[in-house]
Amino acid sequence: MTARDVQNILGARVLTGEEFLDREVRSACGSDMMSDVLAFSKDHSVLLTGLCNPQVIRTAEMLDIVCLIFVRGKKPDETLIQMAKDRDLIVMETGHRMFSSCGMLYQAGLGGGAI
Amino acid sequence: MDAIVLKYPISADDFTRAGEASSDVKSKLKQMGVSPEAVRKVAIAMYEGEINMVIHAKGGEITVEITPENIRMILADVGPGIPDIDLAMKAGYSTAPDEVRSLGFGAGMGLPNMKKYTDDMKIETELGVGTTITMDVHLA
Repeated sequence: MTARDVQNILGARVLTGEEFLDREVRSACGSDMMSDVLAFSKDHSVLLTGLCNPQVIRTAEMLDIVCLIFVRGKKPDETLIQMAKDRDLIVMETGHRMFSSCGMLYQAGLGGGAI
Repeated sequence: MDAIVLKYPISADDFTRAGEASSDVKSKLKQMGVSPEAVRKVAIAMYEGEINMVIHAKGGEITVEITPENIRMILADVGPGIPDIDLAMKAGYSTAPDEVRSLGFGAGMGLPNMKKYTDDMKIETELGVGTTITMDVHLA
């Protein structure tokens, strides 16, 4: 699916990277622990997190994450959004909680990728 | 051909800036045309190491040596040292304070991740003196 599909499924609001919404995504990872996320390295991935600090953007950068989603209504500040913008990263926010967000994407066919 | 050498002082004062060195190395390797897979391995391993230097040590210095065959990262800190390396290498074992966990780190995956993404990793440590970790990612 594309990042735009992800946006529609989650009813998410795009905070930056609107121009990249047609990018393909093949797998997803959901965690608030960045080291757990860093253990997961798949191409064309979505990262769902409730953690809101610069290290989330850096983690996404190291892993070449396509699309970052802040769950349960977390709002990144302008500095974070600018950091993401500088890295051509799509950032969205959704009011859904982590479990529900992951479930909705999984049900729509987005998997976790092979370990 | 001589190796290209990059050096980064790592400050432990500001957690929000941790990762800037890894970010810079990542973009430089990309510009040099290193394969995306190798770039990602280097970026993840170095980033975990850089975070460790900020969390556990009082900073230090990272040296990156690039040749056509290999990328070597040398992370030298002046920190407390690692009392039990086998234990520190165990997935899930962490001595990071709660404050660090609330920032998204301290899951006990740092060293295991660094080993996972590199072809070779060597840890030299002395209690009360510091730790030097040398990691290699082979290129083709």
